[in-house]
Amino acid sequence: MSLSRHVNPEDIIHHLQDNKKTGSGGEGGESAHLTVYSSRYTSQRDIPKYNIPQDGCPGDTVYAMIKDELDLDGRPNLNLASFVNTYADEHASSLMADNIAKNLADNDEYPAMLSMSDRCVSILANLWGVRPGEKAVGAPTVGSSEAIHLGGLAMKRRWQEKRRKEGKGTEKPNIIMGANAQVALEKFARYFEVEARILPVSKESKYRLDVEKVRENVDENTIGVFVILGSTYTGHYEPVEEVARVLDEVEREKGWDVPIHVDAASGGFVAPFTHAGVGKGLKWNFELARVKSINASGHKYGLVTAGVGWIVFRDESMLPKDLIFELHYLGGTEQSFTLNFSRPGAQTIVQYYNLIHLGFNGYREIMENCLANARLLSKSLEATGWYTCLSDIHRPVERGNGKATDNEEDTSANYIAGLPVVSFRLTDDFKKEFSHIKQEWVSVLARARGWIIPNYALPPNEQETEILRVVIRESMSFDLLERLVTDLVQVTQTMMDHDEIDLTIMHKQKQRRRLVEEKGKAQKEEEEAAEGKKRMEEGIHRSVC
Amino acid sequence: MVHLSTIPDEDEVNSKLVEGVKKAHLQLVNDEDSFTTSVYGSKFAARDLPKHEMPEGEMPKEVAYRMIKDELSLDGNPMLNLASFVTTYMEEEAEKLMAESFSKNFIDYEEYPQSADIQNRCVSMIGRLFHAPVGVDSSAGAIGTSCVGSSEAIMLAVLAMKKRWKNKRLAEGKPTDKPNIVMSSAVQVCWEKAARYFEVEEKLVYCTEERYVIDPEETVALVDENTIGICAILGTTYTGEYEDVKAVNDLLTKKGLSTPIHVDAASGGFVAPFVMPDLEWDFRLEHVVSINVSGHKYGLVYPGVGWVVWRSAEYLPSELVFNINYLGADQASFTLNFSKGASQVIGQYYQLIRLGKHGYRAIMSNLTRVANYLSDSLEALGFIIMSKKNGEGLPLVAFRLTPQENRNYDEFALAHQLRVRGWVVPAYTMAPNTKNLKMLRVVVREDFTRSRCDNLITDIKLCQQVLDEMDRESIKKQEEFIHKHHTASGKATHNHPKYRKEKHSLQGKTGKTHAIC
Repeated sequence: MSLSRHVNPEDIIHHLQDNKKTGSGGEGGESAHLTVYSSRYTSQRDIPKYNIPQDGCPGDTVYAMIKDELDLDGRPNLNLASFVNTYADEHASSLMADNIAKNLADNDEYPAMLSMSDRCVSILANLWGVRPGEKAVGAPTVGSSEAIHLGGLAMKRRWQEKRRKEGKGTEKPNIIMGANAQVALEKFARYFEVEARILPVSKESKYRLDVEKVRENVDENTIGVFVILGSTYTGHYEPVEEVARVLDEVEREKGWDVPIHVDAASGGFVAPFTHAGVGKGLKWNFELARVKSINASGHKYGLVTAGVGWIVFRDESMLPKDLIFELHYLGGTEQSFTLNFSRPGAQTIVQYYNLIHLGFNGYREIMENCLANARLLSKSLEATGWYTCLSDIHRPVERGNGKATDNEEDTSANYIAGLPVVSFRLTDDFKKEFSHIKQEWVSVLARARGWIIPNYALPPNEQETEILRVVIRESMSFDLLERLVTDLVQVTQTMMDHDEIDLTIMHKQKQRRRLVEEKGKAQKEEEEAAEGKKRMEEGIHRSVC
Repeated sequence: MVHLSTIPDEDEVNSKLVEGVKKAHLQLVNDEDSFTTSVYGSKFAARDLPKHEMPEGEMPKEVAYRMIKDELSLDGNPMLNLASFVTTYMEEEAEKLMAESFSKNFIDYEEYPQSADIQNRCVSMIGRLFHAPVGVDSSAGAIGTSCVGSSEAIMLAVLAMKKRWKNKRLAEGKPTDKPNIVMSSAVQVCWEKAARYFEVEEKLVYCTEERYVIDPEETVALVDENTIGICAILGTTYTGEYEDVKAVNDLLTKKGLSTPIHVDAASGGFVAPFVMPDLEWDFRLEHVVSINVSGHKYGLVYPGVGWVVWRSAEYLPSELVFNINYLGADQASFTLNFSKGASQVIGQYYQLIRLGKHGYRAIMSNLTRVANYLSDSLEALGFIIMSKKNGEGLPLVAFRLTPQENRNYDEFALAHQLRVRGWVVPAYTMAPNTKNLKMLRVVVREDFTRSRCDNLITDIKLCQQVLDEMDRESIKKQEEFIHKHHTASGKATHNHPKYRKEKHSLQGKTGKTHAIC
């Protein structure tokens, strides 16, 4: 057993640097330099990290330093963990850059930008099937998290108002969601003091909200149900229509009118465009009377870069008046329902650009392409015999009239509906044969080749199962996909070719990581691991939505 | 007229060069010319832009870009907008750096570890600027995070104060159903929002005709066992005056109270440390537990970044923090938003190391000088100056007309008149209990130079002359006209009728108008 000593690289550098504090540059010579790399920061001094430097430094030098440092950030296209869009065409980028200084909160100064954001709301409301005669209201947000907070807050306030009118208590509100919910949904419950009723998922419920459990858990204090359009674990759409039906029955029996908020963060820009929809003949949007509000992320399949989400309420009556604040400017007024105030507006402009540039057909082509690539990846992985998929988008739907004819175009309509996400795991046979191989090593070894593929446990009740997940985004081209499959096959082959002793290096790596961590944290982690609470956020290569 | 030329008649035009060859007249279909050589020659230029429903087909990207760009040219000129604190100028290098980072998702530590590290450096720099206690021990050192803006920062701070109060009360076995927060009636609207959304009762310290900030005595007197905290503003948005945090702090100490103070330094956080380094308002005061500041105001970054710092982990209850773990390293997050762009945080780091303390001091000093110059000039023109000079407040000038019986116009009329010249100088009704005091406000930002200041003074003089010569009736008509045709909000049609004229906020109840920041 070797003794391990903590080595601090910064200490070494400082020590060595102190020995030779001479040479060119000098203390005050920062403003005269020939090239960016002849300034003092190139070799003489640390770039300031913890304190504002006393004197500044020319812009070109600082630019080069920061740019060089940012090279250490990953390559977005190889990041298969995130739903967030990273590609913007040239024109979208120019629009972003041109409007970077614009403040979305300042409507008096930027009326044209504001009217574009209004148009986006209006376009989305129509896309999501708002009913004639209803007055939909909506707003841009920073992302789906803010949108979910706002949707939840409106549900809570509506419930409180109703209860007060009936002269009943308002102390114990609760909200229902599946255990596959994204962390923002739990956050809402915690921050706004609503009890989160997190329903466990099962294989039978396809790792998503269990409709029967909803019926059991609803009571008079339920402010609403969060239904997720596109589980981030396996990409399955939760059955909005079924949940609505169950809640209709509950209302008929018990008289509790429980609303639905659809968290369509990823699915809001996929389901409306694909041929598959959310499954043949099924509804998910405002066509269902029980769906009161919907949110979606513009920066996921809305194809804008990070920083924009949307929330739409089906009718103005769904948004309690006392949550809205009016702001007066020069005698004009602006209504505001947001958690943020001043914020960049360029993303809403690009959203509008995308909507009119791509149009319905453009979005449809892109989403169909994503799904086709996801199907190909799923089928390839299953063809190896080593992996099996938990996502279902590559499985054909059963049809009444037998098989699809050959000359028919192969669209997503022939398959089970879902997000372009591939969740897979090692097959049971593989695990039996190579019992020393851990699935998370696939993730580590793929990382060495540049890919980020997260590995984590499924939500509670199914936490025994660990999955690897790949999100197929717009920029995942067919060519890249081929490389990915090749690399995954090679990685698995490598593991199979090595015996247990060779692979112990993988164990060691993990141990070393533990050592560096503070004691307390390691302990806590172990405790959690013991309880089997390795949630999505805690798996290897945390996934981001 | 140099060359006279005849206009050929029809026969001449159709005359054939070579006899016997038929001239073809093609009737081309004009419908499908989606792709033409010029943007303005395409069919899209002759049509309405889709506004309410997605178009069925695509539009070429050049056309979509140009149409949107053209429409955006109707937005105002930020240089003339003296209403907003939000930064509208950054150096080219900073812009480039930010543009290159648009696609980076700030929350994605796995993919963008360096961006996350840059945030930590900014927090450290800003914390030290506010004299935050530092320590290696996990319980001693200050902690902080970046936000989208001060609104988010304030919501987070209120949440933390509320939770901490609740935990304490629960431990003592006392009820937790009536939390309240003490703040000035001059607060920014997001304080009202935070109180409303998180169900905390607002206890207001009202301003008077002479005093536009909180009175420390009155503030501390309002504190009771249910008070989760006190909000003090470093630079109110009305007059830019700094509230006396030290007096509040000392009074609390004197009375033996342990109520925490949160300092809303949205605008002042990047001004006071440079212009008045000796003013004690930050973590040097024992009761100050958290401070927020907007990076996109005097932090000199484009909109989308704010900061909040807590004195130590003790003031941020752990149940509010969601831990995210990757590759064995913990990343704790406390935010209301999740995915967002990383550009602004990178921009902030650029500014901090590019300018250094010296650079920030130079800029803030210049702003203070310009503000002084503008104050003096307006005073000479006969206005009453309500803001502080010489760096004792934010670099802004708040002023009003002298009370005069025979004047036909008020501050709002003057603001409207200035709008015709292109300036956005907002007029406000002050915080409640100040007898409907009206005022005008000019925010001096980085790009408001002395020569532009001269232009403004000239225009104010001009507008006053015009107004002086008009009678009451025509001023009213004129004002209405300007409001309808020159201001954007006057023309706005998107506001929902249901939420109009709300009566629940300070604005709805008292007519106080919120300054935008």
